[in-house]
Amino acid sequence: MSAPVTAPARVAGLVRDFGGRRVLEGLDLTVGPGEFVALLGRSGSGKSTLLRVLAGLDDTAAEGVEGTVEVPGSVAVAFQEPRLLPWRSVRDNVLLGLHRDDAADAADRALAEVGLTERADAWPLTLSGGEAQRASLARALVREPDLLLLDEPFGALDALTRIAMHDLVLDLWGRHRPGILLVTHDVDEALALADRVLVLDEGRIVADHAPGPRPRHDVADLRSTVLAELGVIDDATA
Amino acid sequence: MSTTLPGAPARASAPSSPTPPDPSSGPRRRLPTWQRWISPVAIVVVWQLASTTGLLAEDELASPWRVLTAAWDVTLTGELPQGLAVSLARVVVGFLLGAVVGLVLGVWSGLSRWGGLLIDPPVQMLRTLPHLALVPLFILWFGVQETPKVLLVALGVLFPIYLNVHAGVRGVDPKLLEMARVSGFDRREVIRHVVVPGALPSALTGLRLSLGIAWLSIVVAETVSSDSGLGYMITDAREFLRTDVIVVGLVVYALLGLGTDALVRRIERRALRWRPVLAGADA
Repeated sequence: MSAPVTAPARVAGLVRDFGGRRVLEGLDLTVGPGEFVALLGRSGSGKSTLLRVLAGLDDTAAEGVEGTVEVPGSVAVAFQEPRLLPWRSVRDNVLLGLHRDDAADAADRALAEVGLTERADAWPLTLSGGEAQRASLARALVREPDLLLLDEPFGALDALTRIAMHDLVLDLWGRHRPGILLVTHDVDEALALADRVLVLDEGRIVADHAPGPRPRHDVADLRSTVLAELGVIDDATA
Repeated sequence: MSTTLPGAPARASAPSSPTPPDPSSGPRRRLPTWQRWISPVAIVVVWQLASTTGLLAEDELASPWRVLTAAWDVTLTGELPQGLAVSLARVVVGFLLGAVVGLVLGVWSGLSRWGGLLIDPPVQMLRTLPHLALVPLFILWFGVQETPKVLLVALGVLFPIYLNVHAGVRGVDPKLLEMARVSGFDRREVIRHVVVPGALPSALTGLRLSLGIAWLSIVVAETVSSDSGLGYMITDAREFLRTDVIVVGLVVYALLGLGTDALVRRIERRALRWRPVLAGADA
């Protein structure tokens, strides 16, 4: 096991240009160790592009990329779709690619943590949407990441399942304390979960909020502020 | 011929399942009931009647009964078992040769950029050539012994295997490849756990098509020039107007095609059991 990472994940002056179309325009971002950061943005604001850079899926040496990206320690990703290998059991999906002697035990522990012990031998295509997303979380978790990237992982779930998943993520975060960057377009989700809520617009961070101690019962004002920053007029305060 | 279209496998495999009907998968399952045998049996009866009454001349088409007794005769004389063994050996060797080459080329051109650039264009050009038209050339090059027959089968098998493996490898979900990258898969694990299983449904379709073509190829090769094998038995029977023996040969060809097709269906059921439709059947 690696020593705990104390340095933050840091992005400075990040520019991403896809053949003349600038998606990120000198973006600065820091995610401290164990910090839960939510990144809000409208579609096309560059959220996913940033996440791909942090995940190492975008070649930072490529043309059209400027700026520095420092990610100390290991990174894991839970994608919008669970991206499970349909021809492998749920357990195999969690442990494949994990080069450790105790991979099988670690996978079973991770599945227990997300409440999927009974489905460990199931085929992924027989899982419900929520179960599949939990398997995807277990797969990310078992890698003991220092930075966990969540790319709208609850977007496709129904409202009730989403609430259960929020609790699960907070619970797992409390126990393992990875730094988390949650990319989402759901303001309520961001305000309920994160230490810091960032708003991304036209390739830059335009706002940085700290919603305060949990549990949060009264974030109505902040909610309106953030919605306004996203270009949405909130009727409740009008 | 037993060749099947790409879309057929999943549905076709359902009725042959030995398990009792599962209510949850109701309308998909069609049990072969006795009513389905009415028309096939009627056709055989009419055929037999036509032969018995002389409507159908013996030297045009032998009666079903004559075909049955002929099958018994050629089995006893050893003509059928020997021919069958020879033809089967040719198909197996040719198929393995073509399948291995097609598989290697397909995976290579699917995975590597240069492989794709160098291999794909000539194969795509050659595949438009009807390979059976190469028989005269093959006889000139390789004579009339085993080599041209085996190679004709191999060539016929190569293209469907190559095309489907290539398409399968290229069609692997890029999202799963990304997932494998961020999850720390090394190259071997990516190929073993993502690329190969991802390309398998398409590769199995290629396998079924190629088996149909393998039998077709051996029929043509043995009919054109041969001194042994099922095709030779048929050609020889023609010389003596033995339509009964000809029909026996045809029926055996059909059964062999059916047999190999059933074999691939079994492989498919086992290899693709993670699919919900099939997963339900073996639960």
